[in-house]
Amino acid sequence: MGSQSVVQVRALVKRYGAKTAVDGLDLVAEAGVTAVLGPNGAGKTTTVETCEGYRKPDSGTVRVLGLDPVRDSAALRPRIGVMLQSGGVYSGARADEMLRHVAKLHAHPLDVDALVERLGLGSCGRTSYRRLSGGQQQRLALAMAVVGRPELVFLDEPTAGLDPQARHATWDLVRDLRADGVSVILTTHHMDEAEQLADDVAIIDGGRVIAHGSPEQLCKGGAENTLRFTGRPGLDVGSLLKALPADCTAAELTPGSYRVVGKVDPQLLATVTSWCAQHGVMPDRISVERHTLEDVFLELTGKELRS
Amino acid sequence: MTVGTYTPKPGAAPLPRMIAAQAALETRMLLRNGEQLLLTVVIPTLLLVLFSAVDIVDTGKGKAVDFLAPGVLALAVMSTAFTGQAIATGFERRYGVLKRLASSPLPRWGLMAAKTVSVLVTEVLQVALLTVIAFALGWSPHGNPAAVLLLLLLGTAAFSGLGLLMAGTLRAEATLAAANLVFLLLLVGGGVIVPLEKFGATGQHVLGLLPISALSDGLRDVLQHGSGTPWADLGILAVWAVAALAAAGRFFRWE
Repeated sequence: MGSQSVVQVRALVKRYGAKTAVDGLDLVAEAGVTAVLGPNGAGKTTTVETCEGYRKPDSGTVRVLGLDPVRDSAALRPRIGVMLQSGGVYSGARADEMLRHVAKLHAHPLDVDALVERLGLGSCGRTSYRRLSGGQQQRLALAMAVVGRPELVFLDEPTAGLDPQARHATWDLVRDLRADGVSVILTTHHMDEAEQLADDVAIIDGGRVIAHGSPEQLCKGGAENTLRFTGRPGLDVGSLLKALPADCTAAELTPGSYRVVGKVDPQLLATVTSWCAQHGVMPDRISVERHTLEDVFLELTGKELRS
Repeated sequence: MTVGTYTPKPGAAPLPRMIAAQAALETRMLLRNGEQLLLTVVIPTLLLVLFSAVDIVDTGKGKAVDFLAPGVLALAVMSTAFTGQAIATGFERRYGVLKRLASSPLPRWGLMAAKTVSVLVTEVLQVALLTVIAFALGWSPHGNPAAVLLLLLLGTAAFSGLGLLMAGTLRAEATLAAANLVFLLLLVGGGVIVPLEKFGATGQHVLGLLPISALSDGLRDVLQHGSGTPWADLGILAVWAVAALAAAGRFFRWE
């Protein structure tokens, strides 16, 4: 592991009564944006809350910025920013009032007015927190997580329930944080969010990390990509296979319908079309299917919806 | 915003500044809350004015206000340190405020210190208001101010412990109901406006061990009768304070 690691989780186990929420989880997050992706109940929040110092591991070790979140809590807390999944604000407090308060707990906070402006919280005016819309409440929680100029920000489902504009505003802020050298750990069950924002994605299911890598790596490794074309029936698939890279497979699925499975890139497409040219085949309806993170995710975690 | 706006520059504010900011926010939240004001200001004021002006309860010899003022001061302490604090803290726990603050640079004991400061500031305002009203009603207090202060502080400690114990262990709705019920029961049975003698010898003996009775009786001994330091009442309050704060420290759950 590099010295850059902002979070190191080793063999983490966390039980609630008879239920094992996290079951021997290993996770190393480097500087940058790491998305923790998983279905509901996978153990995302428990893992993140253990990193934030809210939960004590039943076994295993957790280090955040090199510190033990429970034992070294006092040293760690000023260096991290936390956005809870919900709540965290006095029901009678106004948005700017609460944000200003959290800023006062820090030595070098951001300019509160600029942050209020940036996240469109200015329109909240004198409205108390309990009367804000869900989106406004989410953005306030996000602002509270970053106002103290932390090194590392934990965002637990930061865009849950947001409309598209608010979602993009949140994404833009995460990108700006990253550009300015703030590391971000975010949980989500939106694949596109992970794909858009993350340098690294950890897919969690059943309390364990079942896949970890950059979105590109996961899309390559988790699921094969496919190239399909149609031509006349009975082409020499063996000859096609010889022309393809070693790790590809090719088959005639139904008469005249061919499928190549492997790493689909421009080179592979060129290889297939030039093989067709050499054999006098006009490939009709040639199509490529490159897997998205969503395919990988569903393949790994099972297709049924869990709640 | 320009590049570098978010460049990390972490750090906790100085501890006194954090606690002062937290206490100021807690006090503002309390003063903005209508239900809390009803409990901490309106009810004690009404009871003091109503029962001083109208002869509903037999308060014994002397002016009614001399009997009532110490009891209402005790009630004011209970309403803020116990009922108000229990309800507010219960909902803060429920809505994740305590949880969110627990990951801020403010240490947990700092949050509790801020809550205590907020309670004391509110009590100062209550006592000032009630004292002015009582004087207007012809109150003539006696006794040693230091003994009064000691009673109020120990009473605050005991009620804060009980309030936090309730807020930190029950659900918010249960805390709301129970804190109001206890407030009502102790208002009637704690020597605030009804003298304990009305409950018979046994009743008086048992009810006298309640923190509200110890506080109202102690304040009355000093302010109405000009007695010296009421050690027995202070002792009862001290036992409650130690037991309740220890239990709150042991059982309080932050989320």
